[in-house]
Amino acid sequence: MSKTFLGVGVGFMLACALLWTGCSKGSVKASVKSDAAAKPPEFKLQDAVGQPTPEFSLKDVNGQTVHLADYKGKVVLLDFWATWCGPCKVEIPWFIDFEREFKDKGFAVLGVSMDEDGWTVIKPYVKDRQMNYRILLGDDKVSASYGGLDALPTTLLISREGKIASVHEGVSMGKEEFKNAIAQLLEAPRASAPIRSRGALALLARPGSR
Amino acid sequence: MRAQAPGNAVLNIAPSTRLTIQRGGTADYSVKAELQPGFHVNSNMPGDDYLIPIKLTWNKEPLEAGQVTYPKPQMEKLSFSTNPISVYTGTFEIGTRFKAPATAMPGMAFMNGKLRYQACNNKECLPPRTVDVRVTLDIQ
Repeated sequence: MSKTFLGVGVGFMLACALLWTGCSKGSVKASVKSDAAAKPPEFKLQDAVGQPTPEFSLKDVNGQTVHLADYKGKVVLLDFWATWCGPCKVEIPWFIDFEREFKDKGFAVLGVSMDEDGWTVIKPYVKDRQMNYRILLGDDKVSASYGGLDALPTTLLISREGKIASVHEGVSMGKEEFKNAIAQLLEAPRASAPIRSRGALALLARPGSR
Repeated sequence: MRAQAPGNAVLNIAPSTRLTIQRGGTADYSVKAELQPGFHVNSNMPGDDYLIPIKLTWNKEPLEAGQVTYPKPQMEKLSFSTNPISVYTGTFEIGTRFKAPATAMPGMAFMNGKLRYQACNNKECLPPRTVDVRVTLDIQ
């Protein structure tokens, strides 16, 4: 009886030890993965030209969720700004003009406000300045994913493929330079056009295909 | 901006000097601030509802903080502003008159406060920051 008891006890301990080892390995793996997820490599906006633009989901003035991915296929001017930012005021009239001039050519301006006080201050500001482009409310998460946004304005030009074409911290270039950069991106051939579109173009170009 | 970026402080607060104050008496203290060249902060009354004013606030004890006195601002015409805006540049001091309650405990103590400001230069603005201010007290 006691031997049986002992045997059962030893077996139980062995099973526990095996289980513990397995669980232990599992938990180590899990914790390594978790650490890696918690500390992503530092993202530096200035070094990110040519890289995919970090995705975000933010609310617009109507409470509608806007995903940056929704704009893939368009050239986007993404402006991080705030109502308290004096230099931002210089660029806003330019961006209003760009939205008006290029919106039918596959272009959009997105203004991400980083105001702590939210829509209470943003709405009257947008109305006063008759801002005609889509305004979103930023948050800490989007700030972190764009490298911390140490200064405003921070403006990105994004290609139709969703890659960062240029980064401008502060008012670093004039209206005409911005306009030329947008025009160049709009004229650039689409690097990753859908195959169906290519096929359709090839069909149209084939002699006698009409 | 919503989060404060820790690495971009352009305003330095001079280390606190000791303030000696008698119980039931008053004493003046100045917070000395220095901005990096090229930067400005909005004054306490920037004259534009959207601009963030500089603001010094104090805890309620161990001393009673009276009126905070801000220096006379400069009216600067900056490249991004159509009208001059009310700012501080370089070094400046913000004064406070403190009163020690008659019942205050004599000895060493600390008075803690916070300075909130938002700095810009001609091309860019930094996020609003709130920094801790601490005064060493000798209550007699």
